[in-house]
Amino acid sequence: MAVFQHDVLVIGAGLAGMRAALAAQGEGANVGMISKVHPVRSHSNAAQGGINAALDAGDSWEEHAFDTIKGSDYLADQDSVEVLCQEAGSELIALENMGVIFNRDEAGRLGTRMFGGASKARTYFVGDITGQAILHVMYEQLMKAEGAGQTPMRIYEEWLVTSLISDGDRCLGATLLDILTGEIHAVLAKGTIIATGGFGRVYEPSTNALICTGDGMSQAWRIGAPLMDMEMVQHHPTTLKGSGVLITEGARGEGAYLLNSEGDRFMEKYAPNAMELASRDVVSRAEQTEINEGRGIDGCVLLDMRHLPEKLIQERLWQIRELGIDLAGVDVVKEPIPIQPGCHYAMGGIKTDVHGATVVPGLYAAGEVACVSVHGGNRLGANSLLDTVIFGRRSGIAATTTGRDMDVPPLPDGVIENEKQRLQELFDRPQNSDRIAQIRWDLGVSMDKNVAVFRDADGLQEQQEEIKKLKERYASVPVEDKGKVFNTDLIFALELGYLLDCAEAIVIGAIGRTESRGAQFRLDYPERNDEEWLKHILLTYTPEGIRTDYTPVTITQWAPKERTY
Amino acid sequence: MKIALNVKRFDPEAGNETRNQQYAIDLPEHSTVLDALIHVREYVDATLALRCSCRSAICGSCAMRVDKQACLACKTKITDIVKEEGQEILVEPMGNMPVIKDLVTDMEVHWSKVRQVTPWLRPTGPEPEREYLVSNDAMMDVAGAMNCIHCGACVSDCPVLEIDKSFIAPAALAKAYRFAGDPRDGTHKERLQMLSETQGGIWDCTRCNMCVEVCPKDVRPMDLIMQLRDKAVAAGVAGGTGKRHGDAFSSSVRRLGRLDEMRLLPESVGIFNAPRLLGELRGAFRMMRVGKLPWKHALPLVSKPIPGIKHVRRLFDQARREEKETKE
Ligand SMILES: Cc1cc2nc3c(=O)[nH]c(=O)nc-3n(C[C@H](O)[C@H](O)[C@H](O)COP(=O)(O)OP(=O)(O)OC[C@H]3O[C@@H](n4cnc5c(N)ncnc54)[C@H](O)[C@@H]3O)c2cc1C
Ligand code: FES
Repeated sequence: MAVFQHDVLVIGAGLAGMRAALAAQGEGANVGMISKVHPVRSHSNAAQGGINAALDAGDSWEEHAFDTIKGSDYLADQDSVEVLCQEAGSELIALENMGVIFNRDEAGRLGTRMFGGASKARTYFVGDITGQAILHVMYEQLMKAEGAGQTPMRIYEEWLVTSLISDGDRCLGATLLDILTGEIHAVLAKGTIIATGGFGRVYEPSTNALICTGDGMSQAWRIGAPLMDMEMVQHHPTTLKGSGVLITEGARGEGAYLLNSEGDRFMEKYAPNAMELASRDVVSRAEQTEINEGRGIDGCVLLDMRHLPEKLIQERLWQIRELGIDLAGVDVVKEPIPIQPGCHYAMGGIKTDVHGATVVPGLYAAGEVACVSVHGGNRLGANSLLDTVIFGRRSGIAATTTGRDMDVPPLPDGVIENEKQRLQELFDRPQNSDRIAQIRWDLGVSMDKNVAVFRDADGLQEQQEEIKKLKERYASVPVEDKGKVFNTDLIFALELGYLLDCAEAIVIGAIGRTESRGAQFRLDYPERNDEEWLKHILLTYTPEGIRTDYTPVTITQWAPKERTY
Repeated sequence: MKIALNVKRFDPEAGNETRNQQYAIDLPEHSTVLDALIHVREYVDATLALRCSCRSAICGSCAMRVDKQACLACKTKITDIVKEEGQEILVEPMGNMPVIKDLVTDMEVHWSKVRQVTPWLRPTGPEPEREYLVSNDAMMDVAGAMNCIHCGACVSDCPVLEIDKSFIAPAALAKAYRFAGDPRDGTHKERLQMLSETQGGIWDCTRCNMCVEVCPKDVRPMDLIMQLRDKAVAAGVAGGTGKRHGDAFSSSVRRLGRLDEMRLLPESVGIFNAPRLLGELRGAFRMMRVGKLPWKHALPLVSKPIPGIKHVRRLFDQARREEKETKE
């Protein structure tokens, strides 16, 4: 049992976390960075398609901002979007200069590809491994800083944050589990940045890795930070049946078609101009409609790349070609691949300002875990990597500057003991016939049934009841593995608790928003209702129950319009 | 389909013993080894420890040995392994690294080697106004190396690392190539010199091809190591061990039609380099013990040319002539 101290504590070592840690270190902070997996195993490595920036002469940040706002179905806060799009170009160049490999055009300049919802080709990429390319370079920069003898940074690799520490007002740090030894410790910091990524495993299937369990959202929620826009869960149009593994939007960006069972390019009906490259919510709904109306094949539609040159596929989409062969037994060069909409991304999250600051003093958030909000009701492809690096950097700087004249706070009495007791209780429960994995599975499948592409009051009500039951089951299921070293059973148990919190918030948001906007499509309220709903839903966890508040969307220069593609 | 797993287990809290445990489960035909292990962990035996996350061969968490060969469990289908009903699948942790618990290994061996190759871009000269201007081909060339997800499969199964802990090993050398081949890096020569001269560098690879075979991402580390050798020779920094190693290699083949491993070593490090030679002796004895250095070749007197050596020599002469002609 130890107590560590840092100026800035970063929880998460994906793109947002590492960018925040580097920025804080650059500002002279003594940084501690915690990750439950080795940094390069973070889920950012799965990003395939690319990262957006308006960099070329024929493009402008305003156009990028407009596409983003239209994509968001006018729920994004426009002042935040302006920051995102204005800083995109210089951040992208900074990444390139650090060493990120990007595909090039004939002149040796950075090359682009088209992406959904974009009026210009402004997605920069390397093949279909863009996330990995950026994540690994970020890790290289950490090693470089270490080599150059900068202010030391401690990386707590394979440590799991179990809870945040609060004195009732400020966030003081976190309690954490050293996965290797099973010991509980505490870290105290002047500023704590949460960069723990999304909650994709709330749904089954999901494109997200098994570690994407919404830990940070739940933990911040529990110490009073409001969650915003939680109902806005993106379902990606092209995921593999069964596993839910992603086929990048880059495939459609490079020209792939979507076909129904009759061989028609059905997007003609839904988005005659943008076709396959309409916004994700639009394409996912179109697919689901085709499937529901009997023009699907075994719950799927087809993604067709047969007309694309093999060389192009080999040079720009090599990973998904391999995934198709390995996981679906389909070589996309020769056959269309069956795909369906699947849970992919959390637009909602911990409410922050453009510096990553949350409502709770001392607590910051960046990346998928945060809601600034730049994605509103629907995120554009390739805007998320951008979000992680821009707001990661900003929160690293803000946490350092704000904490500069402060002392590291003291540890309140009993924090570690209480946390130990909480975990011990999980071990001590009597054996029963239920299983942690079974509860997680039931949660995922029911969320997929009731809170996916199409929603209505009955399904949502049913899901609320279901979550209540799942929470009861969760309260009595024991951790079976009683060992200390690398106890993954304990980790799953904790993660399931976070997932249940996230699911609860998603459903409350979805019930509350009685309109259709972006990813939230209510069959019982099929229209967008700007009059009443140009506002965010904020959910706050209190001892008395969950409180709902509203805050208006910030509009700067783009008045809401009808959204067609 | 019915699946029979045989998993090598180790629990540090229960002593130093390893044991094998069988699990019989039923899963759909298209399942992967990872699906099977996850099923065991979730529904049969919660104490089984393994790392996994993405399920799609990108995070690099789930490398382990399946039927004696390192692979990503999430990329290995049950039907790739099981050829007849009832056949057991043997699952073990990776080699060349300490085991923490069950299938979880300590990968510091690998990361320490990555740190050894100065794994970040070192541009020299003025910063560009925007991006560096470089050709797509050059970027795609290093992107191949960057495809490495640091899963450790090649590190696990590298036979050189098994006998020589100083070997930088395939994955970290592939990482080295990623910078030595990147036109934006201004320190190619220093890098190549380090890789050439350092103990365990590029000249210590024995070209056994194992890393190429086990790599789940087609990084082809051995090929990259060979390209690093070419680059080192071209940059004129392979003068020491490296160049001599190449010369000794070809002179041996010309003389005998095969490698004379025993003379390769002294000729490579320099016949008068006693300290290095002594250092290598330990490795040589170990290689002999595991049959990598046939003892009879250790006696120069028995080193007889292979039958048909004259054809080999003719090839050599032909190659020399052509080289000379192209130079002229
Ligand atoms: C398959 C796929 C493809 C995608 N493709 C693209 C794309 O092409 N372009 C794009 O812009 N976006 C894409 N996205 C979205 C984007 O990749 C993610 O939103 C983004 O990478 C999230 O980054 P992050 O840093 O916020 O979180 P992550 O990368 O998920 O990192 C989270 C970190 O938090 C740590 N952590 C979590 N909980 C704890 C805890 N309790 N204790 C300690 N550590 C913890 C984890 O270990 C990890 O280091 C894609 C997403 C998926 C799923
Ligand atoms: S689980 Fe990520 S590589 Fe296998």
